[in-house]
Amino acid sequence: MTGILSLTTYAPLIGVAAILLLRLVGKGDEARAALAARWIALATTLATFALSILLVMSFDRTQSGFQFTEDAVWFSGLHYHMGVDGISVLFLLLTAFLMPICILASWKSIETRVIEYMIAFLVLESLVIGVFCALDLLVFYLFFEAQLIPMFLIIGIWGGKNRIYAAFKFFLYTLLGSVLMLAAVLAMISIAHTASIPELMRYHFAPGVQVWLWLAFFASFAVKMPMWPVHTWLPDAHVEAPTAGSVILAGILIKMGGYGFMRFSLPMFPIASHQFAPLIYALSAIAIVYTSLVAFRQTDMKKLIAYSSVAHMGFVTMGIFSGTLQGEQGALFQMLSHGVISGALFLCVGVVYDRMHTREIAFYGGVVNRMPIYAAVFMLFTMGNVGLPGTSGFVGEILTLTGTYGASTWTAIIASSGVILSAVYALTLYRRIVFGELTNPALATIGDMGGREMLVFAPLILATLVLGFQPGLVFSFTNASTVHLVDAFRAATGK
Amino acid sequence: MTFPNAAALAGPELILAISALAMLAWGAFQARTTTLFTAAAVATLILASVAAAFGPHGRAFSGGLIADAGSALAKVVIYLASATAIPLGERWFARRGMARFEFPILVLLAALGMGMMVSAGDLISLYVSIELQSLALYILAAFHKDDEKSSEAGLKYFVLGALSSGILLYGASLVYGFAGSTRFEVIATAMSHGAGLGALFGLVFVIAGIAFKVSAAPFHMWTPDVYEGAPTPVVGFFAGAPKLAAMVLLARVLSQAFGDSVGQWRQILVVMALLSVAIGAFAGLAQSNLKRLWAYSSIAGIGYALVGLAAGGASGIQSMLMFMVLYVVDVTGFFACLAALSRGGKPMESIADFAGLVKERPALAISMTVFALSGIGLPPISGLWGKYYVFKAAAGAGLAPVAVAALVGSVVAAFYYLRLIKVMWLDPSPGVTDAPPMEARLVTYGAALFALPVVLIALIYLDPLAQAAAVALSAR
Repeated sequence: MTGILSLTTYAPLIGVAAILLLRLVGKGDEARAALAARWIALATTLATFALSILLVMSFDRTQSGFQFTEDAVWFSGLHYHMGVDGISVLFLLLTAFLMPICILASWKSIETRVIEYMIAFLVLESLVIGVFCALDLLVFYLFFEAQLIPMFLIIGIWGGKNRIYAAFKFFLYTLLGSVLMLAAVLAMISIAHTASIPELMRYHFAPGVQVWLWLAFFASFAVKMPMWPVHTWLPDAHVEAPTAGSVILAGILIKMGGYGFMRFSLPMFPIASHQFAPLIYALSAIAIVYTSLVAFRQTDMKKLIAYSSVAHMGFVTMGIFSGTLQGEQGALFQMLSHGVISGALFLCVGVVYDRMHTREIAFYGGVVNRMPIYAAVFMLFTMGNVGLPGTSGFVGEILTLTGTYGASTWTAIIASSGVILSAVYALTLYRRIVFGELTNPALATIGDMGGREMLVFAPLILATLVLGFQPGLVFSFTNASTVHLVDAFRAATGK
Repeated sequence: MTFPNAAALAGPELILAISALAMLAWGAFQARTTTLFTAAAVATLILASVAAAFGPHGRAFSGGLIADAGSALAKVVIYLASATAIPLGERWFARRGMARFEFPILVLLAALGMGMMVSAGDLISLYVSIELQSLALYILAAFHKDDEKSSEAGLKYFVLGALSSGILLYGASLVYGFAGSTRFEVIATAMSHGAGLGALFGLVFVIAGIAFKVSAAPFHMWTPDVYEGAPTPVVGFFAGAPKLAAMVLLARVLSQAFGDSVGQWRQILVVMALLSVAIGAFAGLAQSNLKRLWAYSSIAGIGYALVGLAAGGASGIQSMLMFMVLYVVDVTGFFACLAALSRGGKPMESIADFAGLVKERPALAISMTVFALSGIGLPPISGLWGKYYVFKAAAGAGLAPVAVAALVGSVVAAFYYLRLIKVMWLDPSPGVTDAPPMEARLVTYGAALFALPVVLIALIYLDPLAQAAAVALSAR
């Protein structure tokens, strides 16, 4: 099965080539070209999803190491080195799973520059999959950083009113974080004389060096994640981005921060990770409590969900740096589950936004009278966001809390208040939009979800429930690799 | 060394010099068509680059001229960049009714000077080659002679350039006085126990003189004015190749003549590098004219190259070479794109002129976007790879804090590149642009294609070449 990773990574680019080719051949008819671009994008993302399923099916769950590896010498000591393990393979699946949903969700809502839009999404998919497959430090950086370009354009071109500001803020925040990471990457290459991630995991950096490298990587991943207090770009970016952009941002892009912590910070700088764990605990606890409270005060639906994402990512960082098996497993699960749930919640916002073109919470109210199906779908994902047992949201939160309890009891106690707070803001949002009398006359003619929209939500509902009732499905993939990660971390820190 | 051997080593120079003089004589009698001159000059440059690439290596004229892997790589790039500049400039002037046969000849002479710079093995040839190159460039800057700004640019360039040449010459004479020779290898022997105060004084002046030529801060003041005033294709020419030549020359002087005083000159380079990055980043924020903006961008770029040079050793020089070679391609493409665009006969030079370009001229706008992203250093575009080499060398030489500071500067600079992208992609277009000329379009596309996909393959071949070049340049 060698080559399947590269094939999955670059499959979306084949779609890009097809769209461009069609554009060159069939000049003139804009509408037809746009429709063709939509279909090609959908077909490509579905094909990529099929490839990723094939990949997951043939993944050996008993191994902790990297599988499907590809390795070719590039230049100046760099390798084109790809591979997946239990930590990354499910992210790959999540990416490929969400992409066709994004394309479908923007089927009608994107009407200008459709061709560029589809190209931007396909390029983005290719880069995201590349991030999760890269096993060379610099190749990872290439994929990680190049995403800024399509995302900048997605927010900047198809975003809302204040899109320019949001796009610049997103770009510059992330860029500042990643140039520090680039400096650390180059320092690591010149110290260890290798850029291979598996080799760097075995390399022991001196404790004093680890501190600096850890801080540089932290700068990048904390911004990406985003952690309090560098989270302020996220609400702006989310509010201005088109719906599918928000789904990708919340569903996948911010997960790369957590993935980075698990792939680099913990295994490569274990001593520094151990030293800085209290800092992470403090920031995570603040994120969970503070941003939950901030979320409660929001008047814009997307902003509320954006802040809730920051709070949920607090559980993830807390779990990762607890260095316990439950913490790691929980963090991974939480990221996957949040990818599905937050993506779905942004789509829920998109459904009413497409009809009314406003995200003001106060504008809505009593929507259930006109949109019963929508109310039910929205209810399920609200419950998932709250962390109701039976939905995927529950498993991640309980596991990260259990894992952290052993490492830092106080953090776990403070963080558990986040479970209550999330119920407060999520249910309030739901009540104010869905329940009550239909008082706003503008809403009198609002229609319920159509066939395309139900098609968009069906896989997400399925995923939330399956993950909620059968979390073992995920753990069977992640177990071997996380056990290995935790063992190595314990051995290095002497705990 | 016999004369035929010396002539073989100086092959590229002889080709250029003889054909430039022959063309000058020919032009004095028959100067109606410039096309023929253009073709002849391009052919000469290509011939010279072949001679440089495959010619013998060694020293000629008592060590005054060195042909090695370092000079060969630099010469090939310089000659090819010059060969690109000739048709671009000639067509540009022809459309303005002022095509003159002197243009290709001046570019040839500048290329000759640059080729001699990268081969210079003693202070005399260093000075003479810099002067040959500079004099040709002064005239080229003022070549649009009916344009006030062009004349102003030429005059400014000349006055400040002459001053810097004086400084350089003064420094060279001090070095000669304390070392007893003008040859780099003899200077190195004399300085092997550490350079004295007087010789260091001289070295500082030499560095300052060359820093002026590459427009490193704090010797950068002339750059924005000259870039703004000079004809666009000419700017594209002298923003690229001459800087590569001067950087290679600087590398050779520092490592072959003053290799034992690394501790002393490294401080100077680090300060200049950080100043250049900071000034390039912050002053660029306030620019609305793209030519001025790219002047500041090039100041910042030289700052990065200086970080690489400051790292010292073969890896430092290699990083500088990689950075400069990739930079030359980028800057050539950028100014070619600028030369290609006009609206209602007026050149588009302010950022606002580029509004909505992606609708008007998608291919040119995408090329421009590639150059801007390359300036930010986003992967996998060529600009990143220049920075990759530079900062890797810096991290390896214990200059990690300098590298981090320079990288943070690049985030500030990212703002103005992004603004250009934003204007092109997000703003509505104010009107129809004129049909872009073929040759400028071709150069733009070629450079953009090199910067994005081709570079990923080209690096595999460029990396060992630059390494061999760096080893040759750092060897004494």
